[in-house]
Amino acid sequence: MKKLMLGNDAFARGLYEAGCKVVSSYPGTPSTEITEAAAKYEEIYAEWAPNEKVAMEVALGASIAGARSFCGMKHVGLNVAADPLYTASYTGVNGGMVIAVADDPGMHSSQNEQDSRHHAIASKVLMLEPSDSGECKRFVKKAFDLSEKYDTPVIVRMSTRVAHSQSSVELDDRDEKDLIKYEKNPQKFVMMPAYAKKRHVVVEERMRRLTEYAETSDLNSVEINSSRTGVITSGVAYQYAREALGDTVSYLKLGIVNPLPKRLISDFAERFDEIYVIEELDDIIETECRKLGFKVIGKEKFGYIGELSQAIIAEKMLGKTTEVLNLKEEIPVRPPVMCAGCPHRGLFYCLSKLKLNVLGDIGCYTLGASAPLNAMDATICMGASISTLHGFNKAMGEEGEKNTVAVIGDSTFMHSGMTGLVNIAYNATNSTVIILDNSITGMTGHQQNPTTGYNLKGDVASKVCLEDLCKAIGINRVRVVDPYNMAETEKAIKEELAVSEPSVIISRRPCALLKYVKHKPALRVDTDKCKSCKACLRIGCPAISIQNSKACIDHTQCVGCGICQEMCKFDSIVGGNE
Amino acid sequence: MSVKSVMIVGVGGQGSLLASRILGNVLISQGFDVKVSEVHGMSQRGGSVVTYVKYGEKVYSPVVEKGEADVIISFEQLEAARWVPYLKKGGHLIVSTQMIDPMPVISGTAKYPQDIISKISDLGIDVIAVDALTKAEEAGNAKASNVVLMGVVSTKLGFDKDVWYQALEQCVPAKFLEMNKKAFELGVNC
Repeated sequence: MKKLMLGNDAFARGLYEAGCKVVSSYPGTPSTEITEAAAKYEEIYAEWAPNEKVAMEVALGASIAGARSFCGMKHVGLNVAADPLYTASYTGVNGGMVIAVADDPGMHSSQNEQDSRHHAIASKVLMLEPSDSGECKRFVKKAFDLSEKYDTPVIVRMSTRVAHSQSSVELDDRDEKDLIKYEKNPQKFVMMPAYAKKRHVVVEERMRRLTEYAETSDLNSVEINSSRTGVITSGVAYQYAREALGDTVSYLKLGIVNPLPKRLISDFAERFDEIYVIEELDDIIETECRKLGFKVIGKEKFGYIGELSQAIIAEKMLGKTTEVLNLKEEIPVRPPVMCAGCPHRGLFYCLSKLKLNVLGDIGCYTLGASAPLNAMDATICMGASISTLHGFNKAMGEEGEKNTVAVIGDSTFMHSGMTGLVNIAYNATNSTVIILDNSITGMTGHQQNPTTGYNLKGDVASKVCLEDLCKAIGINRVRVVDPYNMAETEKAIKEELAVSEPSVIISRRPCALLKYVKHKPALRVDTDKCKSCKACLRIGCPAISIQNSKACIDHTQCVGCGICQEMCKFDSIVGGNE
Repeated sequence: MSVKSVMIVGVGGQGSLLASRILGNVLISQGFDVKVSEVHGMSQRGGSVVTYVKYGEKVYSPVVEKGEADVIISFEQLEAARWVPYLKKGGHLIVSTQMIDPMPVISGTAKYPQDIISKISDLGIDVIAVDALTKAEEAGNAKASNVVLMGVVSTKLGFDKDVWYQALEQCVPAKFLEMNKKAFELGVNC
């Protein structure tokens, strides 16, 4: 049966058909749906781990026990999981172990544009790269076989356009796998120096054998058309090239991007007058070609930044441009914004009003950096808000402590924020940390986490009490506010900044998009009372605009949160509880 | 046949993902090779969103570039204006007349352009403007504008109504099916 499937769903289908038993991941766009889809198969145990490092270690543990296992993450997640990855490369596996890493060229939903192929090269593991949904499924199944055959974790590299594009997939049945017998083997799995030295020898020998495998693997393919121009490419870049150039050039499509097959590349390259290397982000294939002595054309034309497309390739290689219709009109940009009713809005308005330094983190609340709230000074990576706050305050002293806060979401706090909080308590700064507890992992599309009381399969689970956790860490001042109540929230922030000890404010209110959240009726503006002062616009609610010089509330968006009523001095916003 | 390209554009949260899934299901049931490229994550939060749907004998790239779209379906006027350069000469635009101010307009640093639809028509583009929001409310739910627009598109793309209904059944929860069928019909008949 053929089915239209998202690359991520097809990936999960591959896990299912390959007999994968244990899945542990942390959500991250564009990788999240792999694990969500895997969780829908009864035969697969699937969970959200608190972070990617934990997830990869869970998958490795399951592999050592003899199961086929999987962990998935976005590109920056692999930085968090790099520690287990680099040593799992030494130990190898028992049951097959597959890792998905989803890169985000163009940074649709990411803080950087790193190329994960570097991790595969540095950790010396096999990396495959599919170019559409059908290949996602096929490559994942192959990845498990190769993992077991070559005794290595295998990374399957996704990118946004593969992960989030649907194309047709042929479905097959599951091949149920018994656990591979676990036998104690400390020389393989206890990585202390004496054993690890011997394993490094094994890793180098494995890379040699994998390179040999890549020379003839059917994951790489050659399509000979023209004798003049050859194109070496991989992943979605192949699809762009194939569309732009059709059968006017010949292709070497690399499904294995680490290790690269030297003979295959040389044999292909030798046949052509000119060789183009078309790859997104870094020049990894290009560099290999140059090492092999070929003068290829690549980054000088296509650059290192952002996504490629058929249009870019047609322009750079063929000089083709398309005639474009244009309106002679300034089109205002439409950046993403906090949703109407977002509980973060009230809190961020208070931070903006108090003109504080705000060290931010990764989540929907990063949007607090945008106009009109403009309430964020720095955002680096998961968990960094709390640790950068400590460093900021150590450097600046009391002036920092009285005017600076960290903001971090519930899921991000569990991911890697709480270790930073331990540091604040242990190494003593009078820092003020605000945990934005919206009872869900929001940005990636509503995943459960250890603070929500539910697990990935939807069952009731142990629930971390943030108040108790912060106290146990050594923070004596922990208080909870409702961010819909801005007066209370502002008072709490001022008081906690003033005291001479570390404190945590938990700003608690569930995400307005959660299905169980009951909304109040939409508010409306009494235009007789509205004085056109525009105070209500300062909270940056997408439901409020000015129409005919008076405030106006879009009833299709408004969920009656009432933040705007707190802003209006003339009681002109009515409805809700009335 | 050569590859056809459709773009579905709008504001994050307006339901373009569902629209693209309905369309994708219709096309695959007709035996086409289909690719649908979606946007998830950050830009879904009230930002400008675009979904590409391509179909034909064999589709390679999942994305649509400037000057390539045969049809653009826009959920909002300003978004129609933003994506017009992606339309092919002789392409069609189906646009909901809804207007949603983006944050720069709300905060007063930019102006919402006037008379967008007539200005687009002046470029020689075939424009069908529909008050999809009112029709969706008529069907029973403001959120069904996406399905109203699918009804309009169905009159441009052909294919039997049964095929569209089957796709609706596959893509929307059973309890909302009747309401969505009504929304679809209101789109067909406008």
